[in-house]
Amino acid sequence: MSYTAATVQLLSPEGTLVESDASAEYFPYIEALSDEQLREFHRQMVVVRRFDNEATNLQRQGELGLWVPSMGQEAAQVGSGYATRAQDHIFPAYREHAIARIRGVDLVNVMGLLRGTTHGGWNPETSNNFHLYTLVIGSHTLHATGRAMAMTLDGATGTGNPDTDAAVITYFGDGASSQGDVSEAFVFAASYQAPVVFFLQNNHWAISVPVSTQSRTPLYLRSGGFGIPGIQIDGNDVLASYAVTKRNLEDASSGQGPRLIEALTYRMGAHTSSDDPTKYRLDSEVEYWAKRDPIARFETWLRSRGEGDAFFAEVAEEAEDFAADIRKRTLALPNPATDLMFDHVYSEPHPVLAAQKQWLAEYDASFGGDA
Amino acid sequence: MSIESMPMTKALNAGLRKALADDPKVLLMGEDIGPLGGVFRVTEGLQAEFGTHRVMDTPLAESGIVGTAIGLAMGGYRPVVEIQFDGFIFPGFDQITSQLAKMTNRHEGQLSMPLVIRVPFGGHIGAVEHHQESPEAYFAHTPGLRVVSPSTPHDAYWMIQEAIQSNDPVMFFEPKGRYWPKGQVDLVSNGAPLHSSRVVREGSEVTLLGYGPMVNVLLSAAELAAEEGTSVEVIDLRSLSPVDYAPIIASVQKTGRLVIAAEASGFASVGSEIAATVTERTFYSLEAPVLRVNSFDAPFPPAKLETTFLPDVDRVLEAVDRAMAY
Repeated sequence: MSYTAATVQLLSPEGTLVESDASAEYFPYIEALSDEQLREFHRQMVVVRRFDNEATNLQRQGELGLWVPSMGQEAAQVGSGYATRAQDHIFPAYREHAIARIRGVDLVNVMGLLRGTTHGGWNPETSNNFHLYTLVIGSHTLHATGRAMAMTLDGATGTGNPDTDAAVITYFGDGASSQGDVSEAFVFAASYQAPVVFFLQNNHWAISVPVSTQSRTPLYLRSGGFGIPGIQIDGNDVLASYAVTKRNLEDASSGQGPRLIEALTYRMGAHTSSDDPTKYRLDSEVEYWAKRDPIARFETWLRSRGEGDAFFAEVAEEAEDFAADIRKRTLALPNPATDLMFDHVYSEPHPVLAAQKQWLAEYDASFGGDA
Repeated sequence: MSIESMPMTKALNAGLRKALADDPKVLLMGEDIGPLGGVFRVTEGLQAEFGTHRVMDTPLAESGIVGTAIGLAMGGYRPVVEIQFDGFIFPGFDQITSQLAKMTNRHEGQLSMPLVIRVPFGGHIGAVEHHQESPEAYFAHTPGLRVVSPSTPHDAYWMIQEAIQSNDPVMFFEPKGRYWPKGQVDLVSNGAPLHSSRVVREGSEVTLLGYGPMVNVLLSAAELAAEEGTSVEVIDLRSLSPVDYAPIIASVQKTGRLVIAAEASGFASVGSEIAATVTERTFYSLEAPVLRVNSFDAPFPPAKLETTFLPDVDRVLEAVDRAMAY
């Protein structure tokens, strides 16, 4: 399940622009980007890959319970993340570290999630509408659809003002596409013409199960049966990811209903730090995708436009600094107070939790402070 | 006149109408709740009055209904979801227990989930499989949910409004076998907070405790027991989670005997939990072990067997006699 003539690709794996019937309508979005914005794409991809590497190291050193690597998927995430607008809401799965950073989430909070200091980590209301990670596969696509339905009820979409019309984008994977909740999200989104963009990162593996077990038809075609237009992009092309997402968010927020984007990408690392991909996939497949690396091709293109060594050196240094800072602050994350278990189960006072919190305090105190 | 006689379906309809009128953020969602008014007609006329954007007929997918209701609540709305029948709640079970119940906790209190899930439950309607079940224990067992069940039209009218006003998710179990008998509804004065249990008949020798469809059975049993010379107190639990223990403890300390009855199967049930807690708290007052009267630990049988399957007045009285014999 890979590239076809219908796959939108603006930048080839060799780092050259691709002019084709499929890509033509998206180039204006790229031409509107400034050099500084293009540099930001690169900066973000490099910093997040270095972050991902540091997190993997921290897990191996026993400082994280688990890590969920994003290596290889930087272009799909950075491009689509930069396409979101201030008024949009983002419902991630649990590997969208780059988008979290783009929306202003301090990534040390993601580390807290994997270190075991929190189940959440940030407040979506004050994090540019970047919602919490959801670990049950596909569940959040329904929350995203409901949030988009709320936008319609609020009159926050389809007013004709592109500066304020809002949409939701939700991220999930090829494995999630088999979940009933994702199909139900398609049904509800289509029925209510909700302004939601479904962004499917097809990284080809759901832990050890290949995408061919999830679907015998290209996944971007699946939404058509629900009445939702689907499009397939080269997910390792940050320009395609940006332009196609921007276009689809515009369509959704202008009142044209939901959209599906399937981004063909590849999970270069393990599913999580507990996984062992050598047991189920071939080195040759990994090598194939390594040649389609999202960062290498974008760097080649930037250099062809005249970007010099100084910029790339500066970004590499920034990435090192970022990783060092994350390491330092991860190790300094305080353990949560035991009250965290009790205080937020309900929004309103609850006698059982109040009694159990008090019991634990008294139990602890019974050891005379030596517990 | 502030007191009117009406069946529980009409009382719920009136309560929902008032909630819709009072707060523009309240939405109703469910299967067939629009022009049809729901399979039990509880929402009759509400879509015509408030519009399709406030009273939404949804696609036939319970996980989708609950999951999108969660998203609507994230957007500031207060969805009231109707699950058509008790046995149809399980396609939505994951969204209720893994998402809805944990959402506020996951957000460390920065997000509330003001969502009500209405579930017609219980037997005595002669229906086919999956239409007469009592799944309340699954939800009472789940931290993050509140679980209530009215037994009268008056409580239905007030409790549905209180549930909608709650900022926590509330599972609202409606005793469908009691949908049609009329009762007095005081439209001005409520009388009890949502999570309170209530003594509905005073007595001195045995306490009977139940909720929803069982309360009427307990009152009938108490009447017959009185004729036979046994003074029975009856408590309507009303809130299954959290349980308001104070009236129960006070009653058992007075009578020394407690019988808990429910249509649900008894193993790991709400009654089991209350029996354990009451035993712990009233040990020295008890004259007899806490007894339970439930349906059997078998799937709900074909309708022709339901009156044998479900606890009735005689089975409650048998337990009263056993309690008195200690």
